[in-house]
Amino acid sequence: MKIELARSNKPIKMPLKERFIREIKLNKTSYLMVAPYFILFVIFTVIPVISSLVLSFTYFNMLEFPQWRGWMNYQRLFLEDDVFLIAIKNTLIFAFLTGPLSYFLCFIFAWFINELPKRLRTFMTLVFYAPVLSGQVYLVWQLIFNGDFYGILNSFLIHWGIISEPIQWLTDPKYNLTCVIIVQLWLSLGTSFLAFIAGFKDVDHTLYEAGAIDGIRNRFQELFYITIPMMKDKMLFGAVMQIAQSFAVGQVGMALGGFPSTNYSLHTVVTHIYDYGSIRYEMGYASAISFLLTLAMVITKNIITKLLRTDD
Amino acid sequence: MAKANELHRKRVSRSWYGDFFVFLMLAGFGAFMVIPMIFLVINAFKPLEEIFIFPPRLYVVNPTLDNFKTMFRMASNLWVPFSRYIFNSVFVSITVTVLHIIFASMAAYPLAKHKFAGRDTIFQVIVLSLLFTSGTLALPQYIVMAKMGMINTYWALILPPVASSLGLFLMKQFMLSIPDSTLESARMDGANEFVIYWKIVMPMVKPAWLTLMIFAFQSIWNSTGGNFIYTESLKLLPTALQQITAGGIARQGVGAAAMLVMALPPIIVFIITQSNVIETMSHSGMKE
Repeated sequence: MKIELARSNKPIKMPLKERFIREIKLNKTSYLMVAPYFILFVIFTVIPVISSLVLSFTYFNMLEFPQWRGWMNYQRLFLEDDVFLIAIKNTLIFAFLTGPLSYFLCFIFAWFINELPKRLRTFMTLVFYAPVLSGQVYLVWQLIFNGDFYGILNSFLIHWGIISEPIQWLTDPKYNLTCVIIVQLWLSLGTSFLAFIAGFKDVDHTLYEAGAIDGIRNRFQELFYITIPMMKDKMLFGAVMQIAQSFAVGQVGMALGGFPSTNYSLHTVVTHIYDYGSIRYEMGYASAISFLLTLAMVITKNIITKLLRTDD
Repeated sequence: MAKANELHRKRVSRSWYGDFFVFLMLAGFGAFMVIPMIFLVINAFKPLEEIFIFPPRLYVVNPTLDNFKTMFRMASNLWVPFSRYIFNSVFVSITVTVLHIIFASMAAYPLAKHKFAGRDTIFQVIVLSLLFTSGTLALPQYIVMAKMGMINTYWALILPPVASSLGLFLMKQFMLSIPDSTLESARMDGANEFVIYWKIVMPMVKPAWLTLMIFAFQSIWNSTGGNFIYTESLKLLPTALQQITAGGIARQGVGAAAMLVMALPPIIVFIITQSNVIETMSHSGMKE
């Protein structure tokens, strides 16, 4: 009831401050309910993002008070820090190769799984989602890509006579990025995958019947003319989750290929932040990298939102 | 008769070669997903002499529980008692899960069903923050927490995931589907908003909070605590696991056993709650 009042009172002209207080009083309960979550959200998300922007213009080592340095950190990043450029290159590979590819996989396999009978669908969902569920299990790939004779991949290749010497899959710059991409894809059927499964399941089946009458002849036509328009909003959600995942790549590479990796071949922006933040304690510099990463993700998200919207 | 009709209609858009292709892709990629898992299970039950057979076998001849025994023996010899890691992980997982569900749903309810100034802005900021995973935010969070004296305390493990934005987003989207008339009639009966939230809304969004439960539990259970914790006795189970497995190839079997034991709880919880998770994801759509 109170809530209705608040709306209807809005057009009445009042001084801003008074209106503000009135608004809060009227909706006291709403604000009170949002408060516990929102306060934590501000402390652990909003303040960190803003502080990384502010600190990126300073020299800060956690002990002394931050010293203002202007654009120096950014200058150093782009003009002097060769490793950062490698990190950007690798991150872009993950963001623009692994990202779309895993998005595509999430979509395709959700589509395929939807064709199965219910029991089997439940089982296959678990099979595809299990790597994400089981956290540290990706370390199994270390045994598969192990560089000595006992590495599973090596021993099979040697046994079949394809290679004669074991390959250092995870430390040789020629192979290790590919290996980590494979592991990353293995790990990538996460939240978006579940959202797509739900999306396919929810499409009203009478639409398919109507479509069949209107002349839809194969499953691709069905997908493009009926299913995709019906689940567009879930596809946007999936895209956001996939961007979040693919820009933040770093942990898996560090665990499998070591840190620092050979010639920085697995170095990503997140790894670079870890290097300067957690090891060298150059917090100002690390904040600059961190802020740039945040910015890149927001920009990519906006572009993708526009792309998904133009089709309407 | 109706059934046969339905089947016939379904076939119009389904060719046998298409079905065959779908089957082939699912089998192929399914194998890619599942083989590392199977390998883990098999390795966990292999006796030491079978681990060193060349080339490695993808099956086990004499399954044994030795690896699990060794794991528990090693666990009892750690510098910090193993039970401490279990306590930390269970304590932190449960606290985070409970607080996250209560805080997120309590905030989601007014965001979905009330009108108040700033509501849309708040929600838009939260949606934007879906982009920022813990990996991206770790460093700025570390700085903020260090200034607040939270580093190396349970708070550093508990508080950030409580305010995770995915949970709130899913909860709010789910609550949009609750009919306003239900809430309105409760208000007529004189229930206040907190009572409505707890007695009416929460039971209706059970699939959503079960989903939040599995997501929160899974992320804490698998988290190492990162750089926020350096005292050994405050660390979580995955850290203990790393110590046990950090022994190279000879400990392959023990490592596999430990990973298997760690992976089981989230998988079991997911199997139990799966249909609820999918139902919740039905509401995950994002309109811009």
